[in-house]
Amino acid sequence: MLRLSNIEVAYSKIILVLKGMSLEVPEGKIVALLGSNGAGKSTTLKAISGLLSKENGQVTSGVIEFQGQKINGIDPDQIVKSGIFQCIEGRRVFKHLTVEENLMAGAYTRKDRNKIPSDLERVYHYFPKLKALRNKASGLLSGGEQQMLAIGRGIMAKPKLLLLDEPSLGTAPLLVKEIFQNIKQINKEEGMSILVVEQNANVALSIADYGYIMENGRIALEGPVDSLLANEEVREFYLGMNDKGKKSFHEGKSYKKKVRFV
Amino acid sequence: MTFFFQMLITGVVVGSIYALVALGFVLIYKASDALNFANGEFVLIGSYICLMLVTIYKIPFVIAFILTLVFNALLGMAVERVVLRPLINAPVISVIMATIGLSSLLAGVVHMIWGHQTKSFPPIFSSELIQFWGIIISPVYLWSFFIVLFLLGVFTIFFKKSKMGLAMRAVADDQMAALSMGISVKSVYAITWGIAALVAAVGGVLLGNINGVDASMATIGLTVLPVVILGGLDSIPGAIVGGFIIGILQSLSVGYLQPILGGGIKEVIPFIVVIIILMIKPYGLFGKGGIERV
Repeated sequence: MLRLSNIEVAYSKIILVLKGMSLEVPEGKIVALLGSNGAGKSTTLKAISGLLSKENGQVTSGVIEFQGQKINGIDPDQIVKSGIFQCIEGRRVFKHLTVEENLMAGAYTRKDRNKIPSDLERVYHYFPKLKALRNKASGLLSGGEQQMLAIGRGIMAKPKLLLLDEPSLGTAPLLVKEIFQNIKQINKEEGMSILVVEQNANVALSIADYGYIMENGRIALEGPVDSLLANEEVREFYLGMNDKGKKSFHEGKSYKKKVRFV
Repeated sequence: MTFFFQMLITGVVVGSIYALVALGFVLIYKASDALNFANGEFVLIGSYICLMLVTIYKIPFVIAFILTLVFNALLGMAVERVVLRPLINAPVISVIMATIGLSSLLAGVVHMIWGHQTKSFPPIFSSELIQFWGIIISPVYLWSFFIVLFLLGVFTIFFKKSKMGLAMRAVADDQMAALSMGISVKSVYAITWGIAALVAAVGGVLLGNINGVDASMATIGLTVLPVVILGGLDSIPGAIVGGFIIGILQSLSVGYLQPILGGGIKEVIPFIVVIIILMIKPYGLFGKGGIERV
C-alpha cells in the first residue's frame, strides 16, 4: 500500500537526515517504526505526509509510493485527500477550539459530509471521555485526552493510512496502554492501515504486525513482531530485557559500543 | 442630556464602522501574526471605487456597492498572492514592512487616479432626519449601523458554523496542525485577505457617505490600531467591543472636551485609553493570554 524506496531527506539542503530509508506498509496492517532519538522516525513520517516542506526539508532522492502513485513533492493537503493522515508529534490540538470543532477540522477534506455525524459518534465510541468534554476548549484537556482527540481527528479524516507520531508522548503510563488498545481496535474495525512511530518499543510491538528499527537515518533491522521480540539485541536495547538478569550499567555501555546494527 | 445621547449615538454608529474595519485587521493578525498597515488604504480604495461607479458610470448605489465589495475582495486576494505569498515563511517583521510599503504604494495610486480633493457621494439615503425623544438621527447613520450589524452577524455565523470559518480558526490556532488536517493554508490566507479588504470597503463606503471621500480616510487604518489593541489583537469579539468603545469615546470627547481643549482631541483620546487599558490588561480586554498546560 505504502512503499518508501531509498529515501534521502535533507533539511535546508545541507543536513542529511534520512540516508537511504526503505519501508513498506501492507494493507490493513499495523507497522511500528522504532528507534532512538534523532534516528529520523518523525522525519520519515513528515516525508510521507508532505509536511517536510513546512520545515525547510526536502526529499532529495528516492520514491514514496502510495497505492501505486508517486506522492513525494505533492502539497500536504493533496496527500490528505489521497488518503494519508498524520497525527503529528506532540498532539498539537487546536487549543482554542472545542473538542468537537477539533474533530470537525479533522474531517475538513471529507467529501461525504452527510456521514460526518455518524463518524463523530464512532470517535465517541472509541473515546467515551471525549463525549463528555465535547464543548470544552481542547487546550484545557489533559495530555492523554488531547492524544485521544488527536487520534480522533485522524478517524474523522477517514484515511486509508494513518500515521501516528509518538502517541505515548506526554501521556500517563496507564493511559498509554489504553490508547494503544484503542489504536488496535481502530485498525480492526475501521480497516485502516497504521504506521506508528514510537520510542516506547514495548507497547508499540504489543499491537503491531511488523516492525522496523531505525538507526542513523536508515533501517537497521526489520521483521515480523515475533522475530523482533526473539532477537537478543532488540530485547536488550529496546525492550530493556535480557536472559542473564540485570547487567551493570558499565557492562551495558561497553557492549553497546561493540555491537552496531549497521 | 439630549446632547449626551446625540453624541452617544454618533459614537455608536462610527464605532460600528471601526468595529467592522478592525475585524479585517484582527483576521489578518490571527492568520499570519502580522499587522496589516495597508488596512486604511483598502478603506480608501473601497470608497473611491464605489464613488466612481455611482457618479461617473451612474450605476445604482446598491449594485455599485456590491461591485465594490467584489472588487475589494479580489484586490485583497491579489495582494496576498503577489506581496505576501512569497513571504510565507519569512519573519513577521518582514511581513509588517511589506504591508507598510504596500500602504504607501496604494495611497500613491489613489492620489494618481482620483486626486486629493474631498468628493462627496450624491445623496443616497433620504436626507429627512429621523427624530425620537428629541434625538435627531440622519438616515445614513441608521443605515450604516444596521448594515454593520448585519455583516457582523453574518461573519459570526460564518466563523462558528462554516467549514471555511473553522479552517480559518484552525490555521490561526496552529498552522502546522492545520496543514496536517489537509487544510490548504494558502487558500485560507487568500480568503482572509479577501474578507479583510471586503469589510474595509464596507467601512469606506459608509464613512464616505457620512463624511465625504478624501485621502484622509486612510487614517482610519491608524485609528483602528487602538481599537484592536484595546479589544485584544487576536479577538474578534474584542474588535467589535473595542470599535464601539473607541467610537463612543471619540464622539463624547468631540462633544465635551473639544470646546475646552481645542480640536484634535478626537485623534488623541483613543491612544490615551489604550495606554491605560494596556497597563491594566496587557493582552487587551478580550485577548487570549494563551492557554498553557502546566
